[in-house]
Amino acid sequence: MTDQVQEAAGNGWQSEKFIKNLAKRKRAERRFRLTGLLAILTALTLLGILLFSIVSKGHSAFIQTTITLDITFAESVIDPNGNRDAAELRGANYAKLVQDALREKFPDVKGRRDLRKLFSLISNDADSALREMVENDPDLIGKTVPVALVAGDDVDMLKKGYIDRSLAEDDRRVKDQELAWLDVLEAEGDIETRFNSGFFTNGDSREPEKAGIAGAMVGSFYTLIVTMLISFPIGVMTAIYLEEFATKNKLTDLIEVNINNLAAVPSIVFGLLGLAIFLNFAHLPRSAPIVGGLTLALMTLPTIIIAARAAIRAVPDSIRQAALGLGASNQQAAFHHILPLSMPGILTGTIIGLSQALGETAPLLMIGMVAFIADIPGGFSDPATVMPVQIFLWADSPERAFVEKTSGAIMVLLGFLIIMNAFAIVLRKKFERRW
Amino acid sequence: MLTQAEANVENGPDTGNGVIISTRDVNVYYGDNHALQGVSLDINKHQVTSLIGPSGCGKSTYLRCLNRMNDTVDSCRVTGEILLDGVDIYGPSVDEVLLRARVGMVFQKPNPFPKSIYDNVAYGPRIHGLADNKDDLDEMVLTSLEKAGLIKEVQDRLHSSGTGLSGGQQQRLCIARALAVRPDIILMDEPCSALDPIATAKVEELIDELKENYTIIIVTHSMQQAARISQRTAFFHLGEIVETGDTEKLFTSPSDKRTQGYITGRFG
Repeated sequence: MTDQVQEAAGNGWQSEKFIKNLAKRKRAERRFRLTGLLAILTALTLLGILLFSIVSKGHSAFIQTTITLDITFAESVIDPNGNRDAAELRGANYAKLVQDALREKFPDVKGRRDLRKLFSLISNDADSALREMVENDPDLIGKTVPVALVAGDDVDMLKKGYIDRSLAEDDRRVKDQELAWLDVLEAEGDIETRFNSGFFTNGDSREPEKAGIAGAMVGSFYTLIVTMLISFPIGVMTAIYLEEFATKNKLTDLIEVNINNLAAVPSIVFGLLGLAIFLNFAHLPRSAPIVGGLTLALMTLPTIIIAARAAIRAVPDSIRQAALGLGASNQQAAFHHILPLSMPGILTGTIIGLSQALGETAPLLMIGMVAFIADIPGGFSDPATVMPVQIFLWADSPERAFVEKTSGAIMVLLGFLIIMNAFAIVLRKKFERRW
Repeated sequence: MLTQAEANVENGPDTGNGVIISTRDVNVYYGDNHALQGVSLDINKHQVTSLIGPSGCGKSTYLRCLNRMNDTVDSCRVTGEILLDGVDIYGPSVDEVLLRARVGMVFQKPNPFPKSIYDNVAYGPRIHGLADNKDDLDEMVLTSLEKAGLIKEVQDRLHSSGTGLSGGQQQRLCIARALAVRPDIILMDEPCSALDPIATAKVEELIDELKENYTIIIVTHSMQQAARISQRTAFFHLGEIVETGDTEKLFTSPSDKRTQGYITGRFG
């Protein structure tokens, strides 16, 4: 009997049909691998294109053009009374210093219109830089010093090559006259480019050369703090209760289904909820990080609960049994063993939920965080905006110079997301346990 | 026909050690599944009692009734009487947390906490507040490790992870951990099924020593093991106790056909 079986099998393994079948299986496997490889390559290519387009557009946002002028800090302009009074120094007309310097450089320029054009070479924010210089060092008054001033956005765009000199004058934002001035400045080595630190220290502005993302970064920071403080403890406690204490019945099933569904609800719905509850009912301040954070916390909760439950469920039952078998109470088993062991997973889920919240725009539009806010928020109830909303606002602005700002802000946002996710990965690797 | 209870009492304790656990007509239901049907059994003090039987016969379920570990299963319902020193452990005056301190448990798969060896053993005394100070705790940990025969192997690495030990060492660590809360009774649910023969021999040796001070109830699939280490044996089949008696008698002259069939390897 056994011999027969072996014989039949031996014949089977050498038969033509079997060999054909084997070849077919191998071909199928090769095909499958190739398809998988192709899918990955496609995904990587698309991702590469995306990153390339963002970086190629956005890298110039981190550079800024400056024009160096010999500024005479004339006492007659800044401090006509000569008493060095701080309030008077602050209120002085520093713009005139810039204008005088330009006039001196190009004495031939006459007429209001031409002068206005000439003055527009320099950012109209340059006066605040001069004011700061004088406030820091009042001894400057009466001296003439070369100062690198931020150029106007059109000059900046020209320098960065976004405005084509070869176009007809009518199609060009920078006219021939301005080009001539710039060529003179360039020839004398007065036009330079440098790192745009203002991009990271300024709030939003209507003038592209002044606009920075500091306000949005601080707003995002406050918002995320609120989100984390609300959603992390509530989410983790909910997960522990559902996994470790709740009895399985219709009610807990219903809760579970609802939590899973909430994770799939479009985020704008959470925005409407935030608008209805936090603004219209609770009368919290509009456009403030506290409301944004609360709204995003609602959105992040299901993500955290689901991740935390999965992490808790991944702790082997034997650990729970060991603790209970020693006479630990349910609570002791949960907090001495289950929670610490599932913490890496919970934290990973939380960080991913928070990075989702960091990139969220839609719900914040509903609660007024889309307003133009030039000041950097100083607290949780100050009007603020967040990074993705800032990107949205800049993408909507007509000035050519906001294109690079938009991409630059996207790069900063992506940078933060990468840092957060890398942190999550490090946490997981560091505390991962194998059973 | 004799009822199960009466039969048990007839075969009852003959060593004069006294009965520590007495169960009468215990039924366990998992939802609609009647897992244990009218089980009555007496456990003698300072003896090793082994529970044998084919898979799914209810021996582990019975074991888990004795320290109310079945409470953790939502759908589980237990009826009948389980007396520990004459007190019904399912009665209102009994706290399952204290019960589990008195009735320790060792599981099938070694399950040390992913903490240091010291912390593993110290966990029980810590949660029950058994030690007054650090020295007290140190001594408890060392004594427990010594009783579990592990001290020589681990004394110079008490603060390295318990999960880094070999399977047999892990299981003895789990025994030490159970001993540290000073139980009277130790339940063992197939403690050697995940161990190699050498580690098994060590654990069996340990069980033999422990019976001087502890009452041990062990579930095992190995009939040789039951024969080697236990004084009394109960044979479970399909949720009932078929036969209980002195190990020697049960293995040499079983009175029930099913017992005979099982121990001679005809089924199970």
